Amino acid sequence: MKRMLILGAGTAGTMMANKLRKALDRDDWDITIVDQYRTHYYQPGFLFIPFGIYDKNDVTKAKADFFPGGVNVIFSKIDRIVGEENKVFLEGGKVLLYDYLIIATGTQTRPEETPGLTDKLWYREIFDFYTLEGAVALQKFFKKWEGGKLVMCISELPYKCPVAPIEFVCLADAFFTEKGIRDKVDITYVTPLAGAFTKPIATKMLSDLLQEKNIKVVPDFYLESVDNDKKVIKSYDEKEIPFDVLTIVPVNLGDDMIGRSGLGDDMNFVPTNKYTLQSNQFENIFVIGDAANLPTSKAGSVAHFAGEILFENIMSAIEGRPLKAEFDGHANCYIETGFGKGALIDFNYETEPLPGTFPLPGIGPFGLLKNTKINHYGKIMFRWIYWHILLKGKELPIEPHMTMAGKKTQIN
Amino acid sequence: MAEKIIAGKTIEVNEEGYFKDASQWTSEMADEMAKEFNLELTEVHFKVLDFLRQRQKAGEALTIRSVGKSGITDIKGFYQLFPGAPLKISSKLSGIPKPTSCI
Ligand SMILES: Cc1cc2nc3c(=O)[nH]c(=O)nc-3n(C[C@H](O)[C@H](O)[C@H](O)COP(=O)(O)OP(=O)(O)OC[C@H]3O[C@@H](n4cnc5c(N)ncnc54)[C@H](O)[C@@H]3O)c2cc1C
Repeated sequence: MKRMLILGAGTAGTMMANKLRKALDRDDWDITIVDQYRTHYYQPGFLFIPFGIYDKNDVTKAKADFFPGGVNVIFSKIDRIVGEENKVFLEGGKVLLYDYLIIATGTQTRPEETPGLTDKLWYREIFDFYTLEGAVALQKFFKKWEGGKLVMCISELPYKCPVAPIEFVCLADAFFTEKGIRDKVDITYVTPLAGAFTKPIATKMLSDLLQEKNIKVVPDFYLESVDNDKKVIKSYDEKEIPFDVLTIVPVNLGDDMIGRSGLGDDMNFVPTNKYTLQSNQFENIFVIGDAANLPTSKAGSVAHFAGEILFENIMSAIEGRPLKAEFDGHANCYIETGFGKGALIDFNYETEPLPGTFPLPGIGPFGLLKNTKINHYGKIMFRWIYWHILLKGKELPIEPHMTMAGKKTQIN
Repeated sequence: MAEKIIAGKTIEVNEEGYFKDASQWTSEMADEMAKEFNLELTEVHFKVLDFLRQRQKAGEALTIRSVGKSGITDIKGFYQLFPGAPLKISSKLSGIPKPTSCI
């Protein structure tokens, strides 16, 4: 019996378990998946909780509902991987052996990395919305808040779902407008990037959008610490920004287990071949999702596209064929912009987000880099797609590789 | 694609002035480019440039944080060495292509 071991049963791990169980003969292959928690969180839904659009029940389901039959499931914390011996140690000392290992342990927020962040104002006037607890605490706070300075700050790059903080400020604008207190709320978007986004065309579109909504952007701000008494955030070059309520994307790191295993870079992300998705260190270790150090977005859509490539390459590896499938870094993200509208970006390692239509050239129905109602429905539909198609490892009618069809390279 | 003459040599650069080919770089070029930023390069500056060149060559991501952990300087020190936009300025001076932020 050969052993396929999957570490992490989040978006990527669950999806791979489903794909592989269908393909690998049960008489030859044992598949095991390990996670520390029993609850699956629909993380993109966290964004809507502070504004009362979703509640806790809209974003949680039992992980067990999404595993196919014939997969061994172990709920335990993973202690470390010993790649030289093809072994994984669980907390408590249990040892798992593998022929092939898939690392899908994601990324986590680490507010304690920033001095002062988790001090006395944490979950009182300082919140994250990257965890369920933070999002729920912020919902309570916003219900009673009467206005002041709202600062959205990104601590460090990379962080998962790079558009989420932009969506957050757009939704905040709509929320306070509908509450009738928008004139009392001052919204500032603070980022270590040189603009609202990395690439020029998307940055221009998103900056214009934020300006239209009267949201200030402070670029090139690299957060050093938070002063809870003065209620300011401070940068390494000694700039200060005052806040009444601070919403934060804390530093994102890979799991400590990756560091302990000697498999991580200085942020515990696993150095991975960006085309084959094989770990740089061991031929029989593959990496998918936020845990990898790929130069693309850390997003569920990326994990989905990468999943099709990884599946092909693992099948090739098993059958002793060369790894021919190449991932292109394809990302496809709906950007919720408030008032029932949304934008959409589609890009990869080489091509920046461009305007146009998606997925059908000239038809859409979705508009790339455009703020439309139909894009908003795309985002709303994403939750259904996530639970019913993506996690189950089924195919979407979208190619894993990005296509230039429907994209405009000349902007008029 | 643009070209620029730095320390007497013609260098291929992108539209923002970053080198296309890191192997064309010499330390004299760094000294000359530093003048544009009103900087006088010291040994510590060069250690940082060297660190960036090595990381870039190894295909690793370049972040302010990684320089802060390099043992050469901390993040605050990095800001003092290259005021304003430390990663941007130092990668320009080290002759490497523009670091891509991973988002
Ligand atoms: C607010 C927010 C909004 C987002 N919006 C979008 C969006 O609109 N579109 C989109 O595509 N993506 C979005 N994302 C990103 C998306 O949720 C993630 O990119 C995706 O879930 C990554 O999947 P993953 O499997 O790599 O990691 P995860 O789903 O996070 O799974 C990792 C799993 O590994 C387990 N694990 C880690 N370490 C250990 C250990 N030592 N022992 C045992 N188990 C361990 C964890 O418990 C977890 O279950 C958003 C994320 C957030 C936070």
